[in-house]
Amino acid sequence: MIQSPLASTPLFHLGPIPITAAVVTTWAIMVLLTLAAAACTRRLSLLPSKAQMVLELLVGTVDQQIVDTMQAAPRHYRALIGTLFLFILVSNWSSLVPGVEPPTAHVETDAALALIVFGTTIFYGIRTRGVLRYLATFAEPTWIMIPLNVVEQITRTFSLMVRLFGNVMSGVFVVSIVLSLAGLLVPIPLMALDLLTGTVQAYIFSVLAMVFIGAALDDSTPQILEKPQGTL
Amino acid sequence: MNNLIQIVSILAAAIAVSFGAIGPALGEGRAVAAAMDALARQPESAGTISRTLFVGLAMIETMAIYCLVIALLVLFANPFIK
Repeated sequence: MIQSPLASTPLFHLGPIPITAAVVTTWAIMVLLTLAAAACTRRLSLLPSKAQMVLELLVGTVDQQIVDTMQAAPRHYRALIGTLFLFILVSNWSSLVPGVEPPTAHVETDAALALIVFGTTIFYGIRTRGVLRYLATFAEPTWIMIPLNVVEQITRTFSLMVRLFGNVMSGVFVVSIVLSLAGLLVPIPLMALDLLTGTVQAYIFSVLAMVFIGAALDDSTPQILEKPQGTL
Repeated sequence: MNNLIQIVSILAAAIAVSFGAIGPALGEGRAVAAAMDALARQPESAGTISRTLFVGLAMIETMAIYCLVIALLVLFANPFIK
């Protein structure tokens, strides 16, 4: 009997709280990303080193995507969207390390990420419009749509969660099944496919987060775009 | 009784995955065909087309993944099996 992909067994107990392997991996990835970011931004200079060059390219790409998708200045959203993308990407790719199961292959991590996006959507909607005008957007175009709009908020968060969970989990699941049926090197093409799926899913998750937040923003006040330097 | 539910669950999982794969397969076929058409017309915009194609394919594929999740729920987390 294959172990259920929906269950998670606790690794050890910290007081009354059970700690699962996914939580340990999540914290390891968080520490890794934080240390890498701190090490790369320690000595910033006008003549960039190789690490700074890669970092600048990454930040520039995230900024450009935010400008393209949300039609808003990337200043407020860069940190959230960039962190979401990097965290999901590294989590999805962490299955390459032997013995590590990606935390995004467990539904709890994805639920937490989707809830962050859900909360941020409401936060920015209220911040740019005010409470009453944000609530009034649920009655657009007519008041009949109120239940549908409320349901849509919940279902799209749910589908954000299930999309990431299903894709990553099915990859891990298929690899483990093939490994138990065939030999040692057989699942390598599937793992290569998982790398592609992991990248695309990280991209899709952050793009959808951008779209959801952008839809909640006030579009009547013109957003002042910061023109990126050196581009037309 | 419990045995019957297990048999039906396995059948339901198989049917969910197999029938749930039909729609996304047709959709992905159409998407790839359209992308090939666009690539043949405008080979210079291959980068944009293939990036959009990959994202679109992943979105369509999600429908099949939903069915897989339902099948796994039925198999592993079935609330009716005691």
